[in-house]
Amino acid sequence: MKEGILKRRYLVQNIWFTIFWLSMILIAVILGLILYFILSRGIKVINWEFLTSVPRRGMTEGGIFPAIVGTFYLVLGSIVVSLPLGIFSAIYLIEYASPNRPVVKALRTAIHCLAGVPSVVFGLFGLAVFVKIFGFGVSILSGSLTLGIMSLPVVITSVEEALKAVPLSFREASLALGANKWTTIWRVVLPSSLPGILTGLILSVGRAAGETAPIMFTAAVFYARRLPQSIFDPAMALPYHIYGLMTEGTRPDKQVPLAYGTAVVLILLVIAVDFIAIYLRGKSRRTRKW
Amino acid sequence: MEEIKLQIKDLNVFFGEKQVLHQISLNIPANKVTAIIGPSGCGKSTLLRSINRMNDFFEGVKVEGEIIFDGNNIYAEDVDPVVIRRRIGMVFQMPNPFPKSIFENVAYGLRIQGWRSRKAIEEQVIKSLQAAALWDEVKDRLHSSAFDLSGGQQQRLCIARAIAVEPEILLMDEPASALDPIATARVEELIRSLIEKYTIVLVTHNMQEAARASDYTAFLLLGRLIEFGPTNQIFTKPQKKETEDYLTGRFG
Repeated sequence: MKEGILKRRYLVQNIWFTIFWLSMILIAVILGLILYFILSRGIKVINWEFLTSVPRRGMTEGGIFPAIVGTFYLVLGSIVVSLPLGIFSAIYLIEYASPNRPVVKALRTAIHCLAGVPSVVFGLFGLAVFVKIFGFGVSILSGSLTLGIMSLPVVITSVEEALKAVPLSFREASLALGANKWTTIWRVVLPSSLPGILTGLILSVGRAAGETAPIMFTAAVFYARRLPQSIFDPAMALPYHIYGLMTEGTRPDKQVPLAYGTAVVLILLVIAVDFIAIYLRGKSRRTRKW
Repeated sequence: MEEIKLQIKDLNVFFGEKQVLHQISLNIPANKVTAIIGPSGCGKSTLLRSINRMNDFFEGVKVEGEIIFDGNNIYAEDVDPVVIRRRIGMVFQMPNPFPKSIFENVAYGLRIQGWRSRKAIEEQVIKSLQAAALWDEVKDRLHSSAFDLSGGQQQRLCIARAIAVEPEILLMDEPASALDPIATARVEELIRSLIEKYTIVLVTHNMQEAARASDYTAFLLLGRLIEFGPTNQIFTKPQKKETEDYLTGRFG
């Protein structure tokens, strides 16, 4: 009798383990398929010229250099927007705000809601506010502001996590020496949490680089004759370039392979960025001993 | 009677609704080691952290009564706790060096006071490391990480860091409880050598440590001060039954 129960328990356990294991395998297979299809269709068109020249003949030939540059500018701009704001508000939430006050709870909820807003809504918001009301036009500036605001919840959350990982005992040691709160944050908390902050930042960069909807109405154009000269110029961008090649073209036979090639570049960029983040995190884990 | 460095008068401390310290009155003599002993949860650490206003950081804490330091109540409204903490240093239970070099750990307090001169900082760091009996062990690796030191060395580094800013009182919250016996002996020896310049308040749950290292002992039980007097008197002729029961191990 007892043995029967025991056997049954093992059986149940094994069934569940198998389900977990199969889910894992399924995900790995999906990931592998994505990479396989994109790479196998796109890798053919990638060569030095594709990476360094401008599109030609109604985007049926040539390269994607302006789109790479545009994505670079947009990502850089979104960092300039989201990093200071994100770090400052995370410091406020973790170091200054007392977690039980209603206004602080409301702020946190607001940030979570911001994270849940669909990216195309951010695009419309950017169009209405930055492009129209502020009059920045369709430009790198408008796109960076929109992307930056979209990245804010991710940046705030990851900076919060990095700050929380700094032990209380560091703060106490500093305060007990007669440091005030700001000195403690500046000289002890921020230096200790820097690797964590960088990791979070880089991950959010990877996300911003791949977003299409927020820049669709605010920054991106299908084709620009020259590289952007200032932040008030529009720019081409990798994800939007893919979208353009797939929807606006008249020669799908030539444009679809170019779209896959662009996708390969985008995927490799994002993966490279993520690897930098993983490297940084690993490095900080090795050096930190608390 | 000796010079009194710090006077605690009718101190009540509340965490929210809960009263943790009841009517504590205690005079801390200058240039002596005063030990605060008692079982876990009796309020030793709370009392210690009241003296440099480290309890201020806990939410919902309320303090009644006075602590007179240098003629002024440190809980008076116009007192800046940052100034108090600069003059009353603290060493914690777990060694908590910063993730910086040995040198920068000791220099930290000086830098935040606005010391600029490299030479002056260096001299003070060396002096503090010597006073903390750590100099000989670290003089060749001042710029390596403080985390490379052993636990006992880290604790002496924390003491060096605390005395670098030349506080008048040094509060120690079970400084040897996380250390092995040899490291403990070194820290206790160090504590004795520091009283020439500093007044020390030492919280410990280790009665032998109080007996070895302190001149005066205060016995706390359930947030009340049961007995206070010279250490040898407390340990040989306690006046109160609770003190005797605790010292003889009838409860702990």
